[in-house]
Amino acid sequence: MSIQLALFLIFGGLAVTAAISLILQRQPIHSAISLIVVMVSLAALYLLLAAEFIAAVQIIVYAGAIMVLFVFVIMLLNAGQEERTNLSRMARYVGLPLGTVLTGELAYWIYRATPEEALVDPNHFIGRTELIGRDLFREYVLPFELTSILILIAILGAVVLTKKEL
Amino acid sequence: MSWLETHPVLFAGLLKSAALLLMLLMVVGYMAWFERKLVAHIQSRWGPYRVGPHGLLQPIADALKFLFKEDMTPAGVDRFVYYLAPFLSLALAVVSIALIPFGPGTISVLGQRSPLVIADLSIGVLALFAITSLGVYGVALAGWSSNSKYPLLGGLRSSAQMLSYELAMSFSVIGVLLVAGSLNLRSIVESQSGTWLGFIPRWYVFPQLVGFAGYIIAAIAETNRLPFDLPEAETELVGGFHTEYSSFKFAAFFMAEYANMVTVSCLATILFFGGWLGPSFGPTWLQAVLPTVWFLAKVFVFLFAYVWIRGTLPRFRYDQLMAFGWKFLLPLAIANLLVTSLIIALRAS
Repeated sequence: MSIQLALFLIFGGLAVTAAISLILQRQPIHSAISLIVVMVSLAALYLLLAAEFIAAVQIIVYAGAIMVLFVFVIMLLNAGQEERTNLSRMARYVGLPLGTVLTGELAYWIYRATPEEALVDPNHFIGRTELIGRDLFREYVLPFELTSILILIAILGAVVLTKKEL
Repeated sequence: MSWLETHPVLFAGLLKSAALLLMLLMVVGYMAWFERKLVAHIQSRWGPYRVGPHGLLQPIADALKFLFKEDMTPAGVDRFVYYLAPFLSLALAVVSIALIPFGPGTISVLGQRSPLVIADLSIGVLALFAITSLGVYGVALAGWSSNSKYPLLGGLRSSAQMLSYELAMSFSVIGVLLVAGSLNLRSIVESQSGTWLGFIPRWYVFPQLVGFAGYIIAAIAETNRLPFDLPEAETELVGGFHTEYSSFKFAAFFMAEYANMVTVSCLATILFFGGWLGPSFGPTWLQAVLPTVWFLAKVFVFLFAYVWIRGTLPRFRYDQLMAFGWKFLLPLAIANLLVTSLIIALRAS
């Protein structure tokens, strides 16, 4: 087994386990920690695809900033343990099978669409930070700027909603 | 055939990591001694004096004390998170030092020529920020899991503070990245070689003075040091996030804080003060050692400044800290970024 495949299995397995734990945990902080583990494992998977910039940004933005806000809010609201509910009959007999079928279908099509040698060879690791910057500011500059304006509007909206009088 | 022969690079890396870890822990211990000594002298005291000459064996005595103290776990803590937090802090602090290059040369490990860095990444700066951005969880989770008022307040403060100052810190550094045109720490240092007018070194601190000021202020806040040590503020919060920690778990937080100081100082040296660049002279062996000596000397200046600032400045109030970060430091860093990119664009066209 090659090192890449081993790493893929380790981090992929970690991501899936943490994602399941995210749903099953009853304490909100434990769920948040599970989500952080998912984010970090995804970053490792991006690294295996030679997307080093995306991997670093994934950790800085999602694990380092957004999840800190999640944890902050959970701590601030002092959210307690959640009650466990039994699955409703609808969820148990219709939801679970349909969910399983959907997951299987997605996995099948992603598997078919993936080229054989998708994982990067660690001996020939090509960084792509420059390429991303060039593409982002030449080819995709309009969508990029539009997205940033959209985010700005969202921030302004949040400020207006929370502050009663400005 | 043994593993040692088939995987020489792996074992060289492990050996280097172990050596660096040992050195880092020594530095951390003696940094604590140095801080106590210097702050004492600033306040007209002697500081540690009894254990060894000038208290030089004090760090070893402290380490032994931490190991032999009773390890208490308060009732009502969230055990998993309570144990996770200190070691997460320490692990992240130690891992980040692996990205720092200590010199241009190579050393011989197991017959291999190996560079003076453990992980020489093409995204060095980003990777370093990624690791330090996770550091906040150690403090925040420690505050939450202790199930106690003061730690919770400390944890809340730290998560807000670190999030705010991390932005300012990253923005201050982007100026240097633009000028250097690289994220790799080694090539950032190399792009600073040479002089202006024959005597001013081409360090980025001169063209990026605003960026440097922003970085160093934000870095002090990121490492929770005075005047920004709000998460642990002894006079208001008893000890903040680590109030309920004792023995080795407390020592883990303590070591993480000092290791972070070392990393931040190393990064400041690399980004703004030309890393290991400096005058080279003397016989061959001296020329080989000098770059690392310059590097460590510059790092030491920053560590000295850390303690100096701690010894002379009072603590910020929490609202002042937030207002300063968001309303002054961040706009300043963004302005610096805009001016820098404008100049670069004008030069290029």
